Amino acid sequence: MMAFQILINITIAIIWMFLQNSYTASSFIVGYGIGILLLLFLRRFLAFDFYMKRVWSIFKLIILFIKELSLANIDMMKIVLGPKSNLKPGIIAMPTKLETEWQITLLACLISLTPGTISMDFSDDNEIIYIHAVNAGDKEEVIRNIQKNFEQTIMEATK
Amino acid sequence: MSVTEVIVSIFLLIGAFFSLLGALGLIRLPDVYNRAHAAGKSSTFGVIFLILATFLFFLFTGEFNAKLLLAILFVFLTAPLSSLMVSRSAHRTDVPLYDKSIRDDLQETHKKKEKKQQKET
Repeated sequence: MMAFQILINITIAIIWMFLQNSYTASSFIVGYGIGILLLLFLRRFLAFDFYMKRVWSIFKLIILFIKELSLANIDMMKIVLGPKSNLKPGIIAMPTKLETEWQITLLACLISLTPGTISMDFSDDNEIIYIHAVNAGDKEEVIRNIQKNFEQTIMEATK
Repeated sequence: MSVTEVIVSIFLLIGAFFSLLGALGLIRLPDVYNRAHAAGKSSTFGVIFLILATFLFFLFTGEFNAKLLLAILFVFLTAPLSSLMVSRSAHRTDVPLYDKSIRDDLQETHKKKEKKQQKET
């Protein structure tokens, strides 16, 4: 826990160096100070356990994400350039098993940047995400795809 | 023309193409929700490729500019959010769906909620 917070702190310091575009000790120290302040303000959100074993699953999530984004754009190309009559848009209610707000935010982001779907709204109890799909013909399949592809990977990455 | 110029040009062309696609989608697609798809996805992709091209250009001239990579991260974080907010507020202010839309689960929930509120009051 301690080590993780130090790591976050160092990361913030390095990002600060990048933003300043000066790779000197003094900018690192300033960045480290800013990191301490940020951690101080955000400490109640930092309730995770150790992270190293999760790095791999986060990496998997990123790869999946890049793949899906590329597919999404090829898909989009077909939709934009194709005839309008192929469109069967609709809004689908998708139940989700994810619990924390952080996981649901991530899922919504992923849905938005993947083929044919954007997330639109959440139910009050955070159990249902409303999705607008360009092709909502087969509701079950849209839901199954998202649950199979994303929910499991997100759970692994943020367990 | 050197190899680096060719690579950077390819990235620029892909980026420009997807930005164009996003713009075309905004015009061609029928309603605000479908347009959010085009605006949210294609233009994100386009912008990312344009930034990558800039990054590569400076990398080949010997300068590692990490600010550009951070810009990609922030585009990733903000683009889905904006399409979510646009479509969500559109639906809450009763902007009609495309008339060939085949289902609207959100509408049903809204109606149920309204009935509940009416019963309570």
